[in-house]
Amino acid sequence: MTNDELIWRIAGGSGDGIASTSQNFAKALMRSGLHVFTHRHYPSRIRGGHTYTEIRASADPVKSRGDGYNFLLALGDSFARNPQENAYYGNEEIKPLSENLDELREGGVIIYDSGLLDASEIEDFDERVEENNWHVYDLDLRTMAREHGREVMRNTAGVGATCALAGIDTEWIEELMEDAMPEKILEPNLEILHEAYDMVSEDYDVDAHDVKVPEGEHDEEQVLLSGSDAIAYGSLDEGCRFIAGYPMTPWTEVFTIMSQNLPEVGGISEQVEDEIAAAALAIGASHAGVKAMSGSSGGGFALMSEPLGLAEMTETPVVLVEAMRAGPSTGMPTKPEQGDLEHVLYTSQGDSHRVVFAPSGAEEAYRQTRQAFKIAYEYQIPAIVLYDQKNGGELQNIPASVFDEEPNGDLGSVLSEEELAEASHDASGKFNRFQHDVEDGVSPRSIPGQKGGRYLATGNEHMPAGHIAEDPDNRVFQVNRRMQKLEAIRAELDGSDVPNNTHYGPEDADYGLMTFGSQQGTVEEAVDRLNERGHSVKALGVSEMAPFPVDQVSEFLESVDECLVVEMNASAQFRGLTQKEVGRFGEKMSSLLKYNGNPFEPEDITEGFVTSIVEDGELSSHETKFVPAASD
Amino acid sequence: MSAFNAIGENVERDRNEYTPGLEPQPTWCPGCGDFGVLKALKGAAAELGLSPEEMLVTTGIGCSGKLNSYFESYGFHTIHGRSLPIARAAKLANPGLTVVAAGGDGDGYGIGGNHFMHTARENHDFTYIVFNNEIFGLTKGQTSPTSPKGHKSKTQPHGSAKQPLRPLSMSLNSGASYVARTAAVNPNQAKDIIVEAIQHDGFSHVDFLTQCPTWNKDAKQYVPYIDINESEDYDIDITDRKSAADMMFETEDALHEGTVLTGRYYHDADRPSYQQEKQQIGEMPEEPLAERYFDEDYEWERTHDLFLDKHK
Repeated sequence: MTNDELIWRIAGGSGDGIASTSQNFAKALMRSGLHVFTHRHYPSRIRGGHTYTEIRASADPVKSRGDGYNFLLALGDSFARNPQENAYYGNEEIKPLSENLDELREGGVIIYDSGLLDASEIEDFDERVEENNWHVYDLDLRTMAREHGREVMRNTAGVGATCALAGIDTEWIEELMEDAMPEKILEPNLEILHEAYDMVSEDYDVDAHDVKVPEGEHDEEQVLLSGSDAIAYGSLDEGCRFIAGYPMTPWTEVFTIMSQNLPEVGGISEQVEDEIAAAALAIGASHAGVKAMSGSSGGGFALMSEPLGLAEMTETPVVLVEAMRAGPSTGMPTKPEQGDLEHVLYTSQGDSHRVVFAPSGAEEAYRQTRQAFKIAYEYQIPAIVLYDQKNGGELQNIPASVFDEEPNGDLGSVLSEEELAEASHDASGKFNRFQHDVEDGVSPRSIPGQKGGRYLATGNEHMPAGHIAEDPDNRVFQVNRRMQKLEAIRAELDGSDVPNNTHYGPEDADYGLMTFGSQQGTVEEAVDRLNERGHSVKALGVSEMAPFPVDQVSEFLESVDECLVVEMNASAQFRGLTQKEVGRFGEKMSSLLKYNGNPFEPEDITEGFVTSIVEDGELSSHETKFVPAASD
Repeated sequence: MSAFNAIGENVERDRNEYTPGLEPQPTWCPGCGDFGVLKALKGAAAELGLSPEEMLVTTGIGCSGKLNSYFESYGFHTIHGRSLPIARAAKLANPGLTVVAAGGDGDGYGIGGNHFMHTARENHDFTYIVFNNEIFGLTKGQTSPTSPKGHKSKTQPHGSAKQPLRPLSMSLNSGASYVARTAAVNPNQAKDIIVEAIQHDGFSHVDFLTQCPTWNKDAKQYVPYIDINESEDYDIDITDRKSAADMMFETEDALHEGTVLTGRYYHDADRPSYQQEKQQIGEMPEEPLAERYFDEDYEWERTHDLFLDKHK
C-alpha cells in the first residue's frame, strides 16, 4: 500500500450524476499529469441505491483498483427509499456514508454532505473516526448548491471541497466543466466550485491530514477510456461497419458507442428484436460482404449459440463480443464475474471451432479486437472478444498513440469477379466455395451479386459447391479442413509481433500466478508487492483462450514450483481449461477464486498467495476462496 | 465500377436457367405442394429477367428449406426460423440484391414468429414466401401453428386444443406492406403474385398453401380455390387496411371450413421501405456498403482522427 496516491471515492445514489462527475474528475487528474484508474460499483437500478466510483491517481502507471481508498466524498442519495423497520435494505439515506466506511484507510479523509446525511444515525461513528484517525468534514453542500443553482450541483460543491483538501488546482476542473457543460449551467457550477473551495480553504486547516494529490507528468498525450470504448474503436479501425444488437448490461456500452459512431463513417447499426436475430443479422451482413459484429452478455449470448454454430459451419466470418456479468441466469447484472469462459468456448452443438480473446485492459482490448476481426475474416471463422463488467467499464489513461494505426478495410479471403472467373467450379457452374484441399484449410469465398460466384451456404454438411451431403468421405474432409484452420491460427498467433499473453515479474521466480482477462493488472500489482516483500513470484496473464497457447503456458508452468490461478468465478474455469489443454501440471496448480460481485484487490491476491501457498494456512477472509491443487 | 456485375444485368431469361445442374430433381414427395412454389419462383425470376447471381434466396429448416438446393442462385440455407434476420442484413449490406426468404409455417409463424413480426413491422424490402402446409412435414407430421383446432397427430394424440394462428392477419397487424395468399394448385396466380411481391418496394409476404399429401391434405382438398380479387362474391379494397383485415379474417376461418380463398389482400405502395427510412435519417449510406470493401481507393476512417478528442 502506498501513500503517494490519491484514491478518491465519490458515493451517492444512482441517478445523482456520480458517474459523470467522477469521469470529469478523473480526466482532470489525467490532464494534470497523473495516471488514473477507476472502479465502478452500482446497483441494477435507475434511481437511487448505493453507488460509488473510485478514482485511483498516482504519478506512476496504475493498472488496477487499489486496496481500500483514502478520500471519501459522501453525497446524499436523492432517490433513497424511505427507511422502513425490518426492510432488508435498511436505511438507504445514510448509505453513501455508512456503506463506505469499512474500506476507508486509516488517516483517511471524509467529506459528507451534512445537508442530507446525519452521521449520528451511524452506530459508533465517532468512535470509528477516532480509532482510524479519520479527518471528517461535514459540509452543507446541498444548501450551497441550492443558493447558486440547483440541488443536484452539490456534486460540484463536493469536488470544490475535495480540491481544497487534497491540494488540487481547480483550474483543471474548470477547464473540463467548460468543455462539458452548456453555458446555462456552467456559470452556477463555477460559482459553486469556487465557493466550496474558498470556504474550506478559509474555514479549515487543510493540512491537518496528509492525503494529498501527487504530482506527475506524462511524456506523451494521454486519453481516458474504457475497455468498451477500446473494443468499439478496434472494431471501427478494422473496417467494421455493421453492428446488430439488443440491449443488455454491460454489453450495451459497446453497442451504444458503435451506434453513435457508425453513422459518421457510413456504417449501419441495427437494434433488433432479440439476440438470436442480432447474431443472425451480423452473419447475414458478413455473408453479403460487410465486416460485421454483434455481441451480448451471458443470457443474450446464450441465445446466440445456434447462429454461432451456423457461422462455424458456413464459415462466415463474424466477431461477437461477450461482456460477462455475475451469473447464472440474471445473476447480478451490474457486477463483474468471469463465469462465462466455458460458455463462450463450448456453446452450440457439435465440435466447436472458434477463436476467443480475453483482453486485460483498454490497450489489449483495442489490439485484440482488431486481431479478432483479422483472424475472423482471413480464416472465415467466428471470433469472440470476452471481457466483463470490470474492464468494460473502468476508465484508464493510455497513450493516444496506441490508436495511431492504419485502418484495415480488407475483407479477408474473398475473391474478386476476375479471380472467380479463374476459380474452381463444379460441372454445373457452381463455385466450389468449400474445396477440400486448400492452404491452412481456408477456401476463399465469393459474395452474393458477384458474377461466377453462386453457391449454397448451409448449416448442413455440404459438398465443395455447397450442396447438402452426408457422404462419409466428404464429411471427414470438411471436418478436418475446418479444424485445420485452428492449427494455422495457432501458428499465426505464436509468430505474432505483439504478444497477447503477458509475462510479468522476474523470469527466474520460484512461484507463478496465472490469470486471464480483466484480472491481469491486479495480479501484476500483487506480483510487485510480493517481490518487494521478499517472495519470488512472476505472472502470466493469458488472453488467448482459443486456440489455447499450449506451449507458452506449459513453459511457464514448467518453470515454477507452484502456480496460483486467479480468476473471478466459483468453479475455476480457467484452471480447468488450462489443465485440459496442457494435459499435465495438475499437481502444481491451485486456485484463488472470488465471486462476491467485486473484483480482486491486489491485497486479496498477496494474502491468498502468502497464506495458502507459502504458509499452507487457512484464508481469514470470506471474500476469496482457495482451492488446492488436484493432488493435495 | 461495381464489384457486383451480376446485379442489374437485365437480359432475357429462361425459367430453366434456375434449375441447378447439380441437383435438378428435388427430393420432395410426389404430389407435394413445394414443387408449386419452386415452379412459380422460377417463372417469376424469368419474367423479371433476374440473374441467378443477383438473387439471394435464404431459407429456414424443413422441407421448404430445401428450396435453394433446387433453385439456382446464391443461397443461404440457415437455421430453423432464422432466414428473415439473415435476409434483412444481406439486403441492408447490399440493396442491389434481390432477396427472397422462404420457410414453412412452423419456421415462419412458430419458431421464427418474433422475426416475422419485426421484419414486417420494419418493412424491409424483400419477399417472404411461407410454405403453409398446416403441418410439420420433415419431422413426420406433427401439429403446426396453422393446424386447425382438434388436429390429431402423434404429438397431439387427443387433438390440438389450440386455435390456429392467423398468418395473414398477423402479417397485416405487424406492418407488412404487401400481403397475399396463393396455392400450389393455382400456378398462374402464384407466379403473378410472386412477381408482384418481388417488385414491391417493402416487405412482401406470400402465404403459399402447399399441400402435404404424405402427412396432411392432398391437392384435391385445396380445390376449388377462389380468387377473391376475381370473384364477384367477394369485395375487397386491397389498399384499405380495414377492408383487407376483414377479408383476411374471413379467409382464415374459411380455410378450416373447406373454402380455399386466395389472392391479393393488402398492398401499400406508398410506405417507404426500411432502407429508405434509414437513409432518410442518415443511418444508412446511399452507396451499397458491400461495394466499399472492393473499392481500392476508399479511405477508411480512423479512430485516431475522428473519435479521440472527447477522451483527451
